[in-house]
Amino acid sequence: MSRISERFRQLTARDRKALIPYIVAGDPAPSVTVPLMHRLVESGADIIELGVPFSDPMAEGPVIQQGHERALKHGVSLQSVLDMLREFRQADRDTPVLLMGYANPLMHMGYAVFVEAAAAQGLDGLLTVDIPPEEVDDINRELKRAGMDNIFLIAPTTPGQRIEQITGRASGFIYYVSLKGVTGAGHLDTAQVAHRLADIRRYSDLPVAVGFGIKDAASARAVAEVADGVVVGSALVSVAAQVVADGGDAAAAIDAAGNLLLAIRQGIDCIAS
Amino acid sequence: MSSSTDETLFHVVPDEHGRFGGYGGKYVSETLMSALVELETLYRRLSEDEAFQSELDEDLATYVGRPSPLYEAHRWSAVVGGARIFLKREDLNHTGAHKVNNTIGQALLAKYMGKRRVIAETGAGQHGVATATIAARLGLECQVFMGEEDIRRQALNVYRMKLLGADVVSVTSGSRTLKDAMNEAMRDWVTNVDDTFYVIGTVAGPHPYPMLVRDFQCVIGREARAQSLVQIGRLPDALVACVGGGSNAIGLFHPFLEDADVAMFGVEAGGHGVDTDEHAAPLTAGSPGVLHGNRTYLMQSADGQIMETHSISAGLDYPGVGPEHAWLKDIGRVNYVVANDDEALEAFHTLTRVEGIMPALESSHALAYAARLAAQMSSEQTIIVNLSGRGDKDIHTVAALDGIEI
Repeated sequence: MSRISERFRQLTARDRKALIPYIVAGDPAPSVTVPLMHRLVESGADIIELGVPFSDPMAEGPVIQQGHERALKHGVSLQSVLDMLREFRQADRDTPVLLMGYANPLMHMGYAVFVEAAAAQGLDGLLTVDIPPEEVDDINRELKRAGMDNIFLIAPTTPGQRIEQITGRASGFIYYVSLKGVTGAGHLDTAQVAHRLADIRRYSDLPVAVGFGIKDAASARAVAEVADGVVVGSALVSVAAQVVADGGDAAAAIDAAGNLLLAIRQGIDCIAS
Repeated sequence: MSSSTDETLFHVVPDEHGRFGGYGGKYVSETLMSALVELETLYRRLSEDEAFQSELDEDLATYVGRPSPLYEAHRWSAVVGGARIFLKREDLNHTGAHKVNNTIGQALLAKYMGKRRVIAETGAGQHGVATATIAARLGLECQVFMGEEDIRRQALNVYRMKLLGADVVSVTSGSRTLKDAMNEAMRDWVTNVDDTFYVIGTVAGPHPYPMLVRDFQCVIGREARAQSLVQIGRLPDALVACVGGGSNAIGLFHPFLEDADVAMFGVEAGGHGVDTDEHAAPLTAGSPGVLHGNRTYLMQSADGQIMETHSISAGLDYPGVGPEHAWLKDIGRVNYVVANDDEALEAFHTLTRVEGIMPALESSHALAYAARLAAQMSSEQTIIVNLSGRGDKDIHTVAALDGIEI
């Protein structure tokens, strides 16, 4: 069983929802990323989603786009993201980590080379925004060989038949995109999400996490009522960037992101009580 | 042409996955997948629907002003020497470029799909103008995404779009040029996919766009082929067209692909030279990768980041190229070459002075290479150059280079 599946199994047993923070590797600066990952774990993260910076992040809203641009200005590459993962793993062998990014850097490194290097650094899963099921076979072959999960997106526009096509190739969990739009958009409709999750569960027993548009404890709690996990990205990227823009140092940025995640964790955990 | 190539191949690309050999495909986020499937299904039906085709033909004739002439540039041919050079006058189309051939077709698709709003990306502004024009005619809401840098370079076209009722959105992310405008258009489409049709301006993007844009632009090559049989008495020896995304080139080339004796040259923007970092020639100096929904040749760094490009012409300033061109390069059917900024500029001035035709800076790249090619050919031989657009939009750029303020 993969570290991601094992983590969901443990959470289910404890009646706890997965909290999955997303940060851009190397943002606001490369030296911040590993300590920030540890802080996120201390603040209640169950799985960490690490964004791989790309020059053309088509699915991202302005907040995460700027995170990608800042990381690229620091010269962060796919290789340096793997180096960060290795450093993280020296102190944390348990928290599942997945990379979220775009096809080109992976393809440029070569799928087989990437997967072998990533497996050696302890990567658990991969979510590639622009590799839908139609284009996924080549990289899936490599991921399967390494026992790594491929996390797929399902969107509000995905019809039933496609859901089946996607879940048949997915492992670890399903990432449901809560709205039509880019990351960080502000028009989350929880009732609609609940309705769609019921559709997905008709086709798959995989856990379903929900992302896009979740920015605080209240929206996280509302989504956690119906989902197995909650992804929070833009809000964390934004709060850390704001601290730095206001003249704060790395420790202050890490504190700000950690505190926000902690508040969200508490919001989600209220459901059980 | 490579003798090992099966000629019937040209009829069957792209395959059902939208692939041209190993290029093309649908590399987009899940939210857009069903919109692409819907578009492909409708397009495949309408491309065989007589009512749709006759509406399109009628628009091309009475609104665009087709067929565009095939003009023999006697004086320019004499200046450059060698082969007889003919110009396919896409600059005479309504709105001044080939772009309208495609926007008419896509706008009709939008109408058949009941979409009330169209969006487009634009570099030089020609595709934006062509989209805004059709939106005005059909009463569709229109938003055009344009890089901040291009807005500065192409002020005239920005104003034209505004006069036509379009909203021009300044894109300030990334390199602030065409590729970033395309990212932003994709982001808008993801958000408004229910009521919005994305009018892509070139033969790139996810399937089915490279196929349908090609099909709409093939009117150029079909006409040129028929006109050359009448005016030259046979097919031309060579075709030359500039390649940014590559829609005017594929439109000219495609109907000739099976004519093995017709040589083809796609001219990329060499900028300051392909031995520098400042050019926009992915087929000449790039490598395969994925951008904007398709696998193709790209300008990219050692880490797989997309690089900023440079060309004197905003319309060629793009780090990718249509996937069918990538395939045509690999199988050796089309030769991809470059013309640098200074060569294009020289061709712009020469054609203007000896023929009284002011070409777009994009088309000037094709002219520059055609001049080199013609000089190596005999006076019995013929070349067709796609004069894809008129140069009025570039007057500020040319004047600035000449040190003149308008």
